[in-house]
Parts: sequence; structure tokens; C-alpha cells
Amino acid sequence: MSNAKNPKENRKRTIRVGALARVEGEGALHLVMSGSRVEEVRLEIFEPPRFYEAFLQGRDFMEVPDITSRICGICPIAYQSASCYALEKAMGVFDQLDTPIQKLRDLIYCGEWIESHVLHMFMLHLADFLGYESAVSMARDHGGIVRRALRIKKAGNAIVELLGGRSVHPVGMCVGGFYSCPDPKDAASLLPEIKACLADMVDLTFFLAQKVTYPDFKQDYEFVALCPDDEYPMNLGRIKSNKGLDVDQQEFGEAIEERQVEHSNALFSAIRGRGAYLVGPLARLNLNYEKLHPVAADLLPKVCAAVGKNLPWDNSFLSLPARALETVHALALAAEILESYEPPSRCRIPIAPRAGYGGHGTEAPRGVCWHEYRTENDGTVSFARIIPPTAQNQMCIEQDLYEMAKQVVDLEDEGAAMRCEHLIRNYDPCISCSVHFLKFERTWHEDPAKSRS
Amino acid sequence: MAPVDERTAEKPKLAVYKFSSCDGCQLSILNLEDELLDLVGAVEVAFFLEARRQVLPPPYDVGLVEGSISTPDEEERIQQVRRDCKFLVAIGACATSGGIQALRNWADVEAYKRTVYPEPAFLKTLETSTGIASHVFVDFELRGCPVNKDQILELVTALLIGRKPDIPTHSLCVECKRRGYPCVLVSKGEPCLGPITQTGCGALCPGLSRPCYGCFGPMEQPNISSLASWFNRLGFTPRDIKRMLRTFNGYLEPFKQASDYYEQREEPKGK
Repeated sequence: MSNAKNPKENRKRTIRVGALARVEGEGALHLVMSGSRVEEVRLEIFEPPRFYEAFLQGRDFMEVPDITSRICGICPIAYQSASCYALEKAMGVFDQLDTPIQKLRDLIYCGEWIESHVLHMFMLHLADFLGYESAVSMARDHGGIVRRALRIKKAGNAIVELLGGRSVHPVGMCVGGFYSCPDPKDAASLLPEIKACLADMVDLTFFLAQKVTYPDFKQDYEFVALCPDDEYPMNLGRIKSNKGLDVDQQEFGEAIEERQVEHSNALFSAIRGRGAYLVGPLARLNLNYEKLHPVAADLLPKVCAAVGKNLPWDNSFLSLPARALETVHALALAAEILESYEPPSRCRIPIAPRAGYGGHGTEAPRGVCWHEYRTENDGTVSFARIIPPTAQNQMCIEQDLYEMAKQVVDLEDEGAAMRCEHLIRNYDPCISCSVHFLKFERTWHEDPAKSRS
Repeated sequence: MAPVDERTAEKPKLAVYKFSSCDGCQLSILNLEDELLDLVGAVEVAFFLEARRQVLPPPYDVGLVEGSISTPDEEERIQQVRRDCKFLVAIGACATSGGIQALRNWADVEAYKRTVYPEPAFLKTLETSTGIASHVFVDFELRGCPVNKDQILELVTALLIGRKPDIPTHSLCVECKRRGYPCVLVSKGEPCLGPITQTGCGALCPGLSRPCYGCFGPMEQPNISSLASWFNRLGFTPRDIKRMLRTFNGYLEPFKQASDYYEQREEPKGK
């Protein structure tokens, strides 16, 4: 990266961040500017392709959730649940999944939202707002905040472990339900800690709303999320947007198109005939805020007042308080499910393999994670397609960067790069997932003898 | 960039690298919630892009490598990582075996590219995905998909005080029996890979009454053919057995050799 130059000069410069930090996976950012005009913005994804959709062909349908889990170590439940629901449709048992199984699916997903959101908010993202290079440095001045966050993150992991044995690539969920159900004593023993964490997360949400300054930023986003009738989105519901998209789960694959560009190993998703759309906490909250758990719903007006903006939030920096509200929601919902838990009469629907097709998306912490599969008579997978959240957000991130680049024209390269990186982290990009995603690059094109790009 | 804190100048430098992987093993380090702040107090986190922006210059005392080598760029980068680290540890199934993405090693990568991407020519990828030890000398390996966070802590603790890490290499069955779980192979007739799989996960699958699927890879000297003959008697075909062996550690010997053997014995299927 080159030194600060006077940006008022009508020169061409390129800023490049070669390896983005505090994101999951490998990516880079590339900005080309001519004076104060932004010429080109590229979010480069050099995370290596691993070809999941190819090697899933020929596997047994029961192996799929264990394999797709490995797409992402941060959100394995998202991949497992989307695989399970899509294959339950293919096997014709989706409608037989009874309430106790659905509740356990929600419970384990709450665990993942808590763990993933807290990791991103406090370990990866908050440092940007408070001006530290990392949570390690931030912990020197804000040790108490980091310690409290770690405790909540641990509680999220404990929920996943209750149902899945471990928090990374858990082993409990299967097509048809769960391999076994938790002992009520183990479920009950978690409850006091979840309740304590809920109280603390409410407090931390006020901290984030009141003590953190959110930059002014505004975009005309199309927000896309699951929109169930009677609950905040997680596992089920039609897929809708604020601009007229309203499709059944199985039709989502047809509603969007995937494009490949040379600078990225992730496929770009766009709504057919329209373009970029945004998935994740902001989309879910804007479209479903009235279905938040009462504890989170009570907080919402106070948080809106503290950040000075009513819903809808069309500023990607507000994804941080959105994640905080969702973490409160997930803790409150988890406590509710644990409190009323009784071991179900069956934790798994018996399945006779068949040839079939199923498509389903669930709400990963970063947004809709949609899968579709075709199977043969013996249950062997003959086709697989996976649309991860970050691939869907990629075009929005580039459009945000284009807007941000205009705002940082007067900054020297280091400062401009920091602002752009911060913006990218608003999306909690999960690059491992989307590659099937990133680098920051800004080069100064000027006197070639002095060029240090 | 903030200057290096003087109090931390003498601590051993730790580097954490990512190659082709899911980030799950790095996350296992961040999942050491109770020990994390003590850990970053005991070592200088010199290079860990997933966790921090600050990068200190090499050399590093300990390097932990997550992920497999699957692109030409990674093939070059691992050579520099080896030069930068005094003690290099491969962590997790991808780094020790090539990972699930090593399934391409048995397939036509060009066909794989066409299956997933409309413009396969944009991709730069190797024909194979292989573990770190296939490319550079590795001082220690930690198995698991993902690694067990307690084994990470044991590894770092042992290295800090200068002793050998205590990582058992016997079969999962030992752990399973210790915990008193009913044997899923004997009592339920389900194809459990526990007898040939290295311990380390805590016998999670049998604990949830499902068969082990081998995410810690082969134990020391496993008797795969004996277990496979039991599976055969339960009605599983050579194709089933091949598939069970070819998962997250499939390209690691002797899982690889055995899966090749059962592949040759597959009944030609309708497809």
C-alpha cells in the first residue's frame, strides 16, 4: 500500500488490501479511483474452491448433513439444517416433522446464532467502531466487555453441544430429526446460565446502542429473508423481500440467478431481472421485527432511539445492533424451549429412501442458506446445489464499497482501507462458505517510478 | 498500526495460518473461551488473520496450519510458512489428510469445475488436495474434523513448557468403553468406524447412539479388513465400505489404500 497522496489531484489511484483480517476465509479488496471519481470496485475472493456440489453426487443422502457441515466451521448448523429440510422434502417426510423436533431444530440454531453473532460482534467487528486493530488489543481497555461476551459465546456453544456433542461440526442432527434427544436433566442444567446470559446480553445491547457511534450511510437495499407467519425467521417460512419477492421455499432457486466473474471464486447471486439483494440480520429484522421474542421486542424502540434511527434500517453499519437484538431474541427463545422441554416420543422420522427432489433455505447467522438436491431410488444424491449467504451479499458489498469509496476520497490509503474493511465486516462475510469469497486493493496509478502498488 | 507492547516483547510468537478449509479448526482456538485471554497473555499472537489485523514480522516460534494444499498459490505459500516457523503443527483433517476436498483426488477435476462453475477457466486449482506433510516437513500433527480444543490447549501448553504433547493414538473404542456406552456395532448392528478410528473427539457419536464416522482418521495400525468383513455380514457392500472410508480423512493411509481395495470389489451398479 502506498503513502498518503493529495487526493485533490486528478490522478488515478488503486487501493488494494491483499488479505482481509477478521473475516472467515480469504479475500481481498480492489478499488480504482481517478481523482474523486470511483472507477472500479472489486471484492476478490481467492478462497480456494472445494467443489462440494460435485463430490456430493454419488453420496448417500444420510451422509449429506455431515458433509455440508464442513463447508463452514462457523455456521455448521445452517448447512446441516438446510440439507436436512431439503432432503426431508426429497424423501417425502417434511410434513411429518412434528413440533418437538422443530423445537429442537430451533434450539440448536439459537445456539449457533448466539455463538456466531457474539463472535462477530465482539471478537471481529466492535474493534472497528472503537478504533482497535483487534479484540486482543481492545481487551486491554475493555477487558470486562470481552470477558462477558466470551461467556455468552460459550453459552451458545453449550446449547449446540447439548444437541450435537460439539460446537464445530456437531453430530446430532440427521435427515428425519436427531440421532438422539437430550436428557431433561442436561437441558435443565443449562437454563440458569442461559437466563443469566440473556440478562447480560440485554445490558450489552444497550452498551452497543448507546456507546458506539454508527457512521452515516444509506443504500436502497432489497432485503430478502424467510418470513414465517407466526415467528421470527429461522428454519421455516416463505422467502420474501421489501420489493415484491414472495416465493415458496422450493421456488427460490428459480427466482435468483448465479453469475461468475473472473475476480472471484464465489458465484454472485442476483434476483432475476433486478439485481443485488441483501440477506442477514438487517433483512430479517426489517422484514420480521414484529415477530421478535417479547424480551427483544421490548428493547427495539430503546435501541432505535439510542442509535437515532427507526426501522427500516437501510445502513449496513447498523447490522451490529441488529445482531445484538437477534442474540437477545435467540437467548430468550432458547430459554423458553429449554424451560418447557420434555423428551419427545420420537426424535427421528423413519425414512424409506426414494427418488425425489427438495429445495429449502434456513436463516444462517449471515442470511438465507439455500440448498437443493435430487436423489435416486436408493437415496444416492444425483444433484446438489448450495447457495450460501455471503455469495448472495457479494454484489451488495461491492455496491456499498462503491458508495464508501466516494466518502473516503480525502483519506490517505491506510485510513481509506480501514473504512472499507470495516464496511465489509458489516456483512460478517463468511468466505469459506461462499466458495464455492475476498482481498483490499487500492493502487496509485501515477509516476510509474514512484508507484508502489 | 499500534506499536508492540513492551510487556509482550519476550513472549513466544504464535502464528495461525489458513489454507483450503472451513475455518472450523481456527474457530476451535477461539472456542477456548475460558482460557483464551490467558492464552493470548502467555503468547504473542503474531499472525492470526481471522482474529486480528496486526501482523508482526517472522520468525515465529510456533505455527499452526489449518487447511489443505489445493491451489498453485498455496503450494508456494506453504514453503514460506515453513521457513517462517521454528515449530510447525498441522491442525485438523484438511492439514493432516487433505480433507473432504481430497475427494477430487479420485475424480476428474476438470469435470468437478464444470459441475460447479459456468466459467471453469477462471479457476486456478490443483488436481489434488493434500495434507501439509506432503509438501514440507511438519513437526507435529493434530487430527480431527474439527480438532479437539482441549488437544489444542494441551499442544500449546506442552510446547510452552518444552515437553512432548500427550495426544493418544489408540482407537475410539477405548474411550467409548471407558464412558460405558453401549456398542452401536454389536447392540444395534450399525456400521461404526470406532474400532479403526483414532480417539480424540470424546466418543461423541456413540454417546448420541449413532455410529462413529471416522472424523479423527485412522488409529495406529487399524485392522480395516476385519471390521469390513463384519460390515459385510451386516449387509453392507464394498461400495458402502468404500464410501464410509472416503470422508474427511479418506486420503490418509491406510484409509486410502483400503478404500481403493473396496472400490475394485464394487459390484457394477446400474449407473
